[in-house]
Amino acid sequence: MDLSYSADELAFQSEVRAFLDAELPPEMSAKVRAGTDLTKAQMENWHGILNARGWLAVTWPTEHGGPGWGPVKRHIFEEECCRAFAPRTVPFGLNMLGPVLIAFGTTDQQAEYLPRILDGRDWWCQGYSEPGAGSDLASLKTRAVRDGDHYVINGQKTWTTLGQHANRIFCLVRTKAEGKPQEGISFVLLDLDTPGIEMRPIKLIEGGFEVNEVFFTDVRVPVANLVGTENEGWTIAKFLLSHERTNIAGVGFSMTALSEVKRLAQQVRRSGKPLSENPHFAARMAEIEIDLEAMKITNLRMLAQAEAQGAPGAETSMLKIKGTVIRQALNDLARRALGPAAAPLPSEDLEGNAALVPPDFANGAARYFNNRKLSIFGGSNEIQRNILAKHALGL
Amino acid sequence: MDFSLTDDRRMLADTLARYLADQYPIEHRNTVAYAAPFHDPAKWAELAELGVIGALVPEAKGGFGGTGFDIAVVFEALGRALCPEPMLAALMGLTALSHTDQELDPIIAGETRIALATGELDAPYSSSDIATTATGDRLTGRKSVVYGGGVADTLLVTARHGAGIGLYQVAASDTQITPFGMVDGGGAAEVFLDNTPATRLLADAGPALAHAETAGIVALCAEAVGVMEVLKDQTLDYLKTRKQFGRAIGDFQVLQHRMVDLTIEIEQARSITIQAADSLGTPHGPRHASMAKNLIGRAGKLVSEEAIQLHGGIAMTWEYPVSHYAKRLIMIDHQLGDTDTHLERVIAG
Repeated sequence: MDLSYSADELAFQSEVRAFLDAELPPEMSAKVRAGTDLTKAQMENWHGILNARGWLAVTWPTEHGGPGWGPVKRHIFEEECCRAFAPRTVPFGLNMLGPVLIAFGTTDQQAEYLPRILDGRDWWCQGYSEPGAGSDLASLKTRAVRDGDHYVINGQKTWTTLGQHANRIFCLVRTKAEGKPQEGISFVLLDLDTPGIEMRPIKLIEGGFEVNEVFFTDVRVPVANLVGTENEGWTIAKFLLSHERTNIAGVGFSMTALSEVKRLAQQVRRSGKPLSENPHFAARMAEIEIDLEAMKITNLRMLAQAEAQGAPGAETSMLKIKGTVIRQALNDLARRALGPAAAPLPSEDLEGNAALVPPDFANGAARYFNNRKLSIFGGSNEIQRNILAKHALGL
Repeated sequence: MDFSLTDDRRMLADTLARYLADQYPIEHRNTVAYAAPFHDPAKWAELAELGVIGALVPEAKGGFGGTGFDIAVVFEALGRALCPEPMLAALMGLTALSHTDQELDPIIAGETRIALATGELDAPYSSSDIATTATGDRLTGRKSVVYGGGVADTLLVTARHGAGIGLYQVAASDTQITPFGMVDGGGAAEVFLDNTPATRLLADAGPALAHAETAGIVALCAEAVGVMEVLKDQTLDYLKTRKQFGRAIGDFQVLQHRMVDLTIEIEQARSITIQAADSLGTPHGPRHASMAKNLIGRAGKLVSEEAIQLHGGIAMTWEYPVSHYAKRLIMIDHQLGDTDTHLERVIAG
């Protein structure tokens, strides 16, 4: 047993740190640290910086422009990016569609779309969930009917993250009504400029805008935009969801959030002392730190297994559950630490003398509310438990 | 033993509930709660006319209520409607003023508004740690997150003088006030006092403040119970109507058990709130209030988070009322002492 990184991995870690020191724009990391939204241009700018270094599509093989890292190096990269408050990359093209096209796409599709993801010409978004098909994704109803060399699509998608910035969408559509629900689903690529597509923003609990509804009315898509085989899209859907769960533990996010909460608790004063010295608060913080320490090792154990065996197994659902619970507990702690000062709406700019807390922490309540999504999206924690019960425990 | 409300209180509860259902639907609430002045002044006048403010004040002081149960009935109804009116500020201000010989009628009538400015950035929950100072009849310091402070005509301010902590009256027009909206709706303000003229009402603010704070805690707990009841109803309804995998999601036993756990915690929350309301004004008042606020903090987090989780994504949206109820319930733990603060007070005895 050896829990430390190898010499090669340590050298890589230093290389990543040096890169982030030199290349990460301070105005971006300040925004990430304060939990405020980056502009579209800033996100594109960060993608450009990573792409120039060849570190953008971290899950892709080298022949398609990926760095060729294994799970451990990807983990180190994530960890360092979180530590430096680097923006998250936009996952829809990089971690979702890219791997799908590499595994299921035609050579033409790979040649057309992969370079456009890398250089930022395309911003993809995801058309999976529907109002009536959430946890039960296979019951989706958006129909694609063949008409010559086109599909005609009618229906509605929802929870389309950052669709407001996208120019393209990949969708699961129903191409066959008969048989088991999983058997009539296809995976298609659409240009959002196609007539008949309407995107409407959804305002979220804390007042922010990151998800959308997408409506399709008689939208004509060339049959060439089908990925894989007609009616076999469910295989692709599941493949994509397992990639969506890459880095699902979010260890890097939690480590950063913990160090930020510690910093906050040293600054907040209660009864003449720092909050970090309050035994009840300190106990809450220590318990989460213990859980996180264990999850770091659980995550590394699963990474080592994935590196040895290839694809991750059902056990990644464990990381999704524990990882999101820990992140939410850290958000809860940061909110608590603020006390009454957590009250202002995010839009109320109490700055300078009127500020209640240092700007890095001003969004504590909003972040807590927004991150209730973590245990819902990407397969709710209830669905993850079903996966574990069935596939890991054989129940 | 009798846990039923008196006829007078039942009538007050029904009248207020009907008024709010009719005049303060959630769409109107969301329109006024998040935009300046973060409440509806016309509705405030109507609530005063209905006698809601008077119900918070004893007869001897010009009202017609003022017991823990009067307060609980009003605030549970406000909670059910998620009403953002600055009623907590009125209750706490009136309760503190009932220890002075100040005239309360204009406040009860809704003609003038008050706010109690005690908390400070480094002493949000503790009245004894404040740094604001009085020099003669001038105050200097900063009061933080003053509920209703943005719309008050008069502020009741605690400040240190030579011999202890006194209660002072300050005209809002004499101070620098920065109002802001809150993440769960309604308004508060930062109050900056810089050699600001004031009138001393009480040399020792202690008993008046303790009374006001205990009454405020009873109010917040009752409001939380009202919020929880709505979250329970909405979540239960959703479990019965939302279909996935070909059946209502409430058919899944794992969700049934979680819904049952919520229901048990809400009943516990109601019970401890009844206890706190019953004790208000007795020697047990503060301890029972702390017990209630601690339990409400724990139950509130559970109910709020589970209501969202059992709904799924829909409860993460601004459009769906559950999100606003969940926010209010969580943020109640940020007012007048959080779960840990009140746990410490219960331990201290």
